Amino acid sequence: MGIEGFSIAEARFLAPDVKLFRVVAPRVARKQQPGQFVIIRIHEHGERIPLTIADSNPTEGTITIIVQGIGKTTKLLNRLNAGDFILDVVGPLGRPSDVRLFGTVVVISGGVGTAIAYPIAKALQRAGNHVITILGARTKNLLILENEARAVSDEVFVITDDGSYGEKGLVTGKLDALIAGGKKIDLVLAIGPIPMMRAVAEKTRPCGIKTIVSLNPIMVDGTGMCGGCRVQVAGRSQFACVDGPEFDAHEVDFDGLAKRNAMYRESERQALEQFVSEPESGPELIRHRCKLEDVAPR
Amino acid sequence: MPEQKPEERRQNFAEVNLGLNFHLATQEAMRCLECANPKCIDGCPVGVKVKDFIALVLTGDYLGAAAKIREDNILPAVTGRVCPQEDQCEGTCIMNKKFGAVGIGYLERFVADYERESGQIGLPPIAPPTGKKVAIVGSGPAGLSAAGDLVQRGHQVTVFEALHEVGGVLVYGIPEFRLPKEIVRQEVENMKRMGVEFQTNVVVGKTVTVDELFGEEGYHAVLVATGAGLPQFLGIPGEDLCGVYSANEFLTRVNLMKAYKFPEYDEPIYNCRGKNVAVVGGGNTAMDAIRSALRLGAKNAYVIYRRSVAEMPARAEEVKHAREEGVQFLLLNNPIGFLGDEKGWLRAVQCIKMELGPADESGRRRPVPVQGSEYVLPLDVAIIAVGTSSNPLVQSTTPDLKTRKGGYIEADPETLKTSKMGVFGAGDIVTGAATVILAMGAGRKAATAIDEYLRTGVW
Ligand SMILES: Cc1cc2nc3c(=O)[nH]c(=O)nc-3n(C[C@H](O)[C@H](O)[C@H](O)COP(=O)(O)OP(=O)(O)OC[C@H]3O[C@@H](n4cnc5c(N)ncnc54)[C@H](O)[C@@H]3O)c2cc1C
Ligand code: FES
Repeated sequence: MGIEGFSIAEARFLAPDVKLFRVVAPRVARKQQPGQFVIIRIHEHGERIPLTIADSNPTEGTITIIVQGIGKTTKLLNRLNAGDFILDVVGPLGRPSDVRLFGTVVVISGGVGTAIAYPIAKALQRAGNHVITILGARTKNLLILENEARAVSDEVFVITDDGSYGEKGLVTGKLDALIAGGKKIDLVLAIGPIPMMRAVAEKTRPCGIKTIVSLNPIMVDGTGMCGGCRVQVAGRSQFACVDGPEFDAHEVDFDGLAKRNAMYRESERQALEQFVSEPESGPELIRHRCKLEDVAPR
Repeated sequence: MPEQKPEERRQNFAEVNLGLNFHLATQEAMRCLECANPKCIDGCPVGVKVKDFIALVLTGDYLGAAAKIREDNILPAVTGRVCPQEDQCEGTCIMNKKFGAVGIGYLERFVADYERESGQIGLPPIAPPTGKKVAIVGSGPAGLSAAGDLVQRGHQVTVFEALHEVGGVLVYGIPEFRLPKEIVRQEVENMKRMGVEFQTNVVVGKTVTVDELFGEEGYHAVLVATGAGLPQFLGIPGEDLCGVYSANEFLTRVNLMKAYKFPEYDEPIYNCRGKNVAVVGGGNTAMDAIRSALRLGAKNAYVIYRRSVAEMPARAEEVKHAREEGVQFLLLNNPIGFLGDEKGWLRAVQCIKMELGPADESGRRRPVPVQGSEYVLPLDVAIIAVGTSSNPLVQSTTPDLKTRKGGYIEADPETLKTSKMGVFGAGDIVTGAATVILAMGAGRKAATAIDEYLRTGVW
C-alpha cells in the first residue's frame, strides 16, 4: 500500500454521475463498521476528501464506496475504472454507528445519502430491529441501491420529488404520515442533504423521537488534527471526524454547518470550471503516475 | 546569515535564509574559542559535539563535520534550521554575553547542506539482521530518529503514518520558507536506503490496533511517537465562523496540501489576498502561520498575543523575520470574541488590552485584562495558534496503556518504557508539545532501550 496506491477491483455507474467502486484496501476492509468513512486522494496534486464506506468484504479485502460527481475531485474520480489506482485511502475513520436493538427504526435517506444509510440499515436489521426505509430522490434515475435497501428493510417507501417513481413528495411527508398513523417509532436515522436532515429533525423533535444524522463537514486529515470539521452540537464544538460523523439531530447546529460548508464554494467553482474546460489535465496526472509505476521495480 | 530581502521574500515561499558560503562559514568557525570545557555541548539537549565539529569545519573537512554531528543528531539539516539555538548551544556559548554567540546553528546547517548537496552522505553500516520487528507509530522527528537507529542495529523497522506523507510536523506544520520539504524528503530517502519501511495512510488505533501489531502482524516492539497534534481553540464566541482556522488546519492546507499553489493543487484555502489576517498566539506555530498568510497576499498581518515580547516562546529569529516582513504585533492584547456577518463569515475580532501581573506557575508573568479597554479590529481570517494537545487514537484503543493528565502517554524518563510490555513512547506524545531536537533525542533514547529489550527480552 502507499506507494503504488489502492487498486480498483470494480467500478460501475449506479445512476448518472453516481458511481460505485470496489477498492482493494485489506486493512480497512477488515476493520470497517457501519457509519465509518475513508479519506482519499487521487493524485499528487489532489485534495483529501471523505467518502463513506458503503460496504466491505474482509475476505476479498475490498471496500465499497459510492461517489457522486459534484466537484472536480469526485468528477475525476468517477472517470476511473477497474484496474486504475487511487493514490491514498485511509481509514476506517470516525466512530461506528450505535447499532443495537431499539425496536422500530425509520431510516431516511436522500440521494447518495442512501450509500451511507444502507450499511447502517443492514446492521440495524441484523440487530433485530424492525427497519422501515424511506428512500428519497429527485427523480427516478437518481435513485440508487433500491434493491439493496429492500433486502435489509422490513418496509420500504420510495419517494421522488417529481413523482417519476414511487410516491411523489418529500421524505418528510412520508415520515409525517407514519407518525400520524400512530406508528411507534423508536429511532429515526436521517442521512442526506442538510435541509433534509434539518427538516427531519424538526418533525421528530416535538414527538420526542430520538433522531440521528450523519454529517458531512469539510475535512482535511480525518484524525482530529485540524479541527476544520468542527460542528456545534449541544452548544459544544465537536470534531465530526473523530467525535462523529453521527450526532443527535436535535442538538446539531445545521445552520452553522451549512455556512461552514459554503466556505470554499468560490474555489470549488473555479476548480470545477477549469477542470471542465481542460478535462484532460486531471487524468493526465493520474496516468503519469501509473506509467511511472509500470516501469519502476516493485 | 545572508537572507532574501524582506520585501522580496514576503511574496514567495522560498527559503528565507540562504545559507553561509565557505568564506562566511570559516569566518564564523574561527570565532569559536575552543573552550577546554565547552558549555555549548551542555546546552544541547542531545549533546552534539559542537567544538569538535567546528574544528573540522576549520580544517575544511565538511563531510567529517557533518558525520560528527550525525553521531548525536541524525537530522542536522533540519535542526540547523529550526532549533531554538538561543536557548540551547548558542545560549550557553561563552561568547554569547559579550560578543554574540558563535553561529552554531548556521554552521550546523552549512555542513549538513554541504553533505546533502555533495551526494556523499555517509550512511552508517547496518548490523546483521536480528530477526526482530519493530513498529513505529508516527513519522515525526521522534519516530524518524528511532527508526534510523533501530535499523542500524539490524532490526526490521516499519514506520506507520496516518497522513499520506512522512515527516510529521516537519512536513505538515513548518513551512517551506523555513524548512524546505526537499530536505525532509532526502532524509527519509536515506532511511529507506538503510532499509526502513514506511507505510503511509495507516492510522494506528483505527486501521490497525497496537495489539494487532503484536498479534497478527508479528511485531516484537512498538514505539508510539504520535505527537501532540490536536488543536486547541480559545472557546470564545464566533470561533466557528468561516475564516477562523486552527493553525494546524491553516498550515496543513498550505504545507502538506500546497494550497498556496491552488488551483494547480486542488486543496483550497481562504483567499487572503488584500485581506486582514491575524494569528492568535506567540509561538513558532503562530509565526509560521502569519508569515504564510503574508505570502498568500494578506494586506494586514497581525500577531495578537496576550503577553509581551519577552514571554513569546517563538524562536528569536522568527520574530525578527516576521517584523521585517511587516507583521504587526499586537502585544498584551487578547481576543474575546469573533464577529461575523449574516452569511457566517468572519468580519472582525473584539479584543481587550492586557497588562502583566505577578508570575504564574510557568514562571511567566500572568496577563490580566485592563477593564474597559475593549476594541474591535476588522478581520477576514483568524488563525488560532494557542497550543495543541495529545493525539488520542492510540491510547483510546490500547486500554492497558497508561496516560497522565491531558492524555499524554506515561513513559519512564530513562527507558521510555510505557505501562504496556513491549510498548515505548517518545516525543511530544510523552512530553507535551516541545521541540524537534527533544523529540529526536527521545527517539534515540527509546531506540537504545528497544534494542536492549529485543536483545535481552527483559522488560
Ligand atoms: C507549526 C509548528 C512549528 C514548529 N516550529 C518548531 C521549531 O522551529 N523548532 C522546534 O524545535 N520545534 C518546532 N515545533 C515543534 C516540533 O515540530 C515538535 O515538537 C516535534 O515535531 C515533535 O515531534 P514528534 O515526533 O513527537 O511528533 P510529530 O512531529 O507531531 O509527528 C507525529 C506524527 O504521528 C502521526 N500520527 C499521529 N497519530 C497517529 C496514529 N494514530 N497512527 C499513525 N500516525 C499517527 C502524525 O500524523 C504525525 O505525522 C513546531 C511545531 C509546529 C506545529
Ligand atoms: S478533519 Fe481535521 S480534525 Fe476532523
